[in-house]
Amino acid sequence: MRFASGTDRHPGLNIHGRDPDAHRAAEPVIFGFWIFLMSDLVLFALLMATYASMSLHGIAGGPTPRQAGDLASAGVETALLLASSFTFSLTSLALKYRDDRRALVGWMALTGLLGLGFLGCEAKDFASLIGKGWAPELSGFLSAHFTLLGTHFLHVACGLAWMAVMFVQIAVRGLDQAVATRIMRLALFWHLLDVVWIGIVTLVFLQGSLS
Amino acid sequence: MPTFTQDWTYWLFGLLRWSDFPPKADGIATFAASLVVLGALAVVGLVTRSGRWRWLWREWLTSLDHKKIGVMYIVLAFVMLSRAVIEAILMRTQQASAIGQAGVVSADHFAQLFTTHGSIMIFFMAMPFLTGLINYVMPLQIGARDLSFPFLNAVGLWLTAAGAALMMASLVVGKFSTGGWSGYPPYTELGFSPGEGVDYWIWAVSLSSIGSTVTGLNFAVTIYKKRCPGMDLLRMPLFCWTALCTSILMIFAMPALTVATALLALDRYLGFHFFTNGAGGDVMNYANLFWIFGHPEVYILILPAFGVWSEVISTFSGKHLYGYISLVGATMAIAVLSFTVWLHHFFTMGQEANVNAAFGIATMLIGIPTGVKVYDWILTMVRGRIRFIAPMLFAITFLLCFVIGGLSGVMLADPAIDFAVHNTLFLVAHFHNMLIPGTLFGMLAAYMLWFPKAFGFRLDEIWGRIAWALWSAGFLVAFMPLYPLGLMAMMRRTAQTTRAEYAPWLWTAEVGAVLIGLGLAALFVQLWVSVRNRARLAAPLGDPWDGHSLEWATPSPPPEWNFAVPPEVSGRDAFTALKAQGIAYREPERYEAISLPRGTGIPVVIGGAGFVCAFGLTWHIWWAALAGLFAMWGGVVWRSFQTDLERTVEAGEVAATHRHWLSRVHAVTPVGRDAETSADNRGLAEHEA
Repeated sequence: MRFASGTDRHPGLNIHGRDPDAHRAAEPVIFGFWIFLMSDLVLFALLMATYASMSLHGIAGGPTPRQAGDLASAGVETALLLASSFTFSLTSLALKYRDDRRALVGWMALTGLLGLGFLGCEAKDFASLIGKGWAPELSGFLSAHFTLLGTHFLHVACGLAWMAVMFVQIAVRGLDQAVATRIMRLALFWHLLDVVWIGIVTLVFLQGSLS
Repeated sequence: MPTFTQDWTYWLFGLLRWSDFPPKADGIATFAASLVVLGALAVVGLVTRSGRWRWLWREWLTSLDHKKIGVMYIVLAFVMLSRAVIEAILMRTQQASAIGQAGVVSADHFAQLFTTHGSIMIFFMAMPFLTGLINYVMPLQIGARDLSFPFLNAVGLWLTAAGAALMMASLVVGKFSTGGWSGYPPYTELGFSPGEGVDYWIWAVSLSSIGSTVTGLNFAVTIYKKRCPGMDLLRMPLFCWTALCTSILMIFAMPALTVATALLALDRYLGFHFFTNGAGGDVMNYANLFWIFGHPEVYILILPAFGVWSEVISTFSGKHLYGYISLVGATMAIAVLSFTVWLHHFFTMGQEANVNAAFGIATMLIGIPTGVKVYDWILTMVRGRIRFIAPMLFAITFLLCFVIGGLSGVMLADPAIDFAVHNTLFLVAHFHNMLIPGTLFGMLAAYMLWFPKAFGFRLDEIWGRIAWALWSAGFLVAFMPLYPLGLMAMMRRTAQTTRAEYAPWLWTAEVGAVLIGLGLAALFVQLWVSVRNRARLAAPLGDPWDGHSLEWATPSPPPEWNFAVPPEVSGRDAFTALKAQGIAYREPERYEAISLPRGTGIPVVIGGAGFVCAFGLTWHIWWAALAGLFAMWGGVVWRSFQTDLERTVEAGEVAATHRHWLSRVHAVTPVGRDAETSADNRGLAEHEA
């Protein structure tokens, strides 16, 4: 019982009853990470605002959002990313209720594979746009399109690198308190990227296909 | 942008060539480059000669102690302040002497001067100064042992230092941007500003902005999570409230700067079209992004100073702060409103009148909470027993001058007036009128107020007053003439003019600039004299000013763990309450062992790697940029595998240190406020009912 029930002041961090010291030590770390995520969200919000402006005024004779957005591909990517969020939830549950390292590692590995699949699909989208001659240098709109999606892409890639480090740490250090709270933070990061992706799908792909 | 060549020099050295190194085209630039190199060599030589490398590395550079990190931030701020003041004097000399003639520097060099002056004063003087101050003071005031994330704190310091080092490198290698501190495209795009200048600016500012984001996060978490028992939010000293609001602004505003500079970098490096003239680029996106950061930034700079003024005025008036709740409310109101006014930086750039009017009104609204603060400070002084020593003298200058600056701000908030004086020296006068008496004098007052806490001896009062007189007079003489010059339509950032009627005003301003230079020198003399007389000025018992808050309840300098036992608080002005009850220096019933973070060199490595990465990007030395980037992240990963992160100080050592201090306290006669600046003031204040 790694994270047994208790007062749950943060999702996933309810070890107050069993181990109050560890709970107290971990709480500011998780709280600090929430604040970092807020700051990161501001970054995405500003990129989305830039995209919103550029997708109206920055076409410059190049492709429109409707032409540049591949709704079918976005659907596959969304399915992959949402599935990866689901499998990460199962990772978190394995961490919280079952001191079961194999389940945890398994679900996290599946999450990583789904993430890799997402990156692969997106890379294919980027390549196909560039193949059509629609590189980011062509217009302000394409610059904004590549930058918004590219920033999300980089975030997911960083999440995967982080995950790789966590696999090594689980092997080397075991599931000690530090490693456990890092997995919780990675989970928050991963779910946030899902939330951001929903925003991107709405703004870039759904709105683009309607425009 | 280079054409893609297979040339080996390009792969090895990017765009860097011998001709980018000194000697420079003009004598002044060569002299400045030599100063940087000689200054660096002098520091290295001095440390080597005194055999202090090991000490410097172990005690300071690798320390995670918030107090030492705070001091290092402030040292950095003074170094950068010195450079930026010299540049200011040079610019004043240029404008005064270049009426109908060439002046002392070329137009291009002048443009570099105003760009570096602004960038340094904002990002590498004011930001490190206030960050250092919050670092030092805030944990002590809330009764904490350190910040929540000491390692992250050190990373923030070394990223900021890397940015500052890049600014200094630009003085020696190549040129800096000529695009102003706000770096407006399309001028800063590749077509108009080829070469390394703008890239230097982008990466220096980016390093500082990432550092400030993580530091703001750290401060906010510390204030929310690490207050001592009884320290409710509404019992915190006002400085902590301003620190909290500034941190919140950093968390939300800094990403906008990161986005603005990153998009500009994409334009310059990869040929994107965010802010270019053609292909759908739109400079208004930059203006909006930059000022969504830039306006909150102004309040990031001023709010901590408001906190300092609250501490200084209440301490040296011998009174509780008047209107504490209204000051907290006003601080919060300013923090929120600061996000609603960014458009007033570009009233003239094409919005319709109604949009301008809305932002003009929002801007004027900020005058209300600020006015509340000014009245609160004045009412704190009413019927107080005011001691006119240096920090308080700065506070008087602040109150008088800041109101003038605020009034010119309300004028500028009117779009119609702004249209008339936009981009003139009137604006330059206005923002210097806010930032010098407000922020800079606040930082200097704080330096004089808390110096004895950090080093155990007071600063020389005579030289403090000389510095005050020179800075105050220098500010007025240098900047008041800029108001009429602005109304006479003299444009800002002008290297040469033809109108003779500007001359008397510009020469007056030149005199003021020299006075400010002397004021800076007086600060260094003060430090020198004080260090020499440190035995006579010693105040190791910790409370030289009859302070109100918990930082004064510790020895000076405080032990690494700050408090022997966590203090318990039952109201505002916690230390005053303890003194009134006669229990300020009572021995605690029992001591416990304390865990402290071990020092580590990894943050220094991360900062160094950040510098290498930024320098590589600036000069297109791709291998260095990549190596730096990987080394930075490598440092983070390396840290995550370390396990033995803390050391324990045994209860016995804590007790011995604390008892030693208490025995010294009990051996000394408390001094009254009349003897505050005399040699009798050892840091034990007589309680005055």
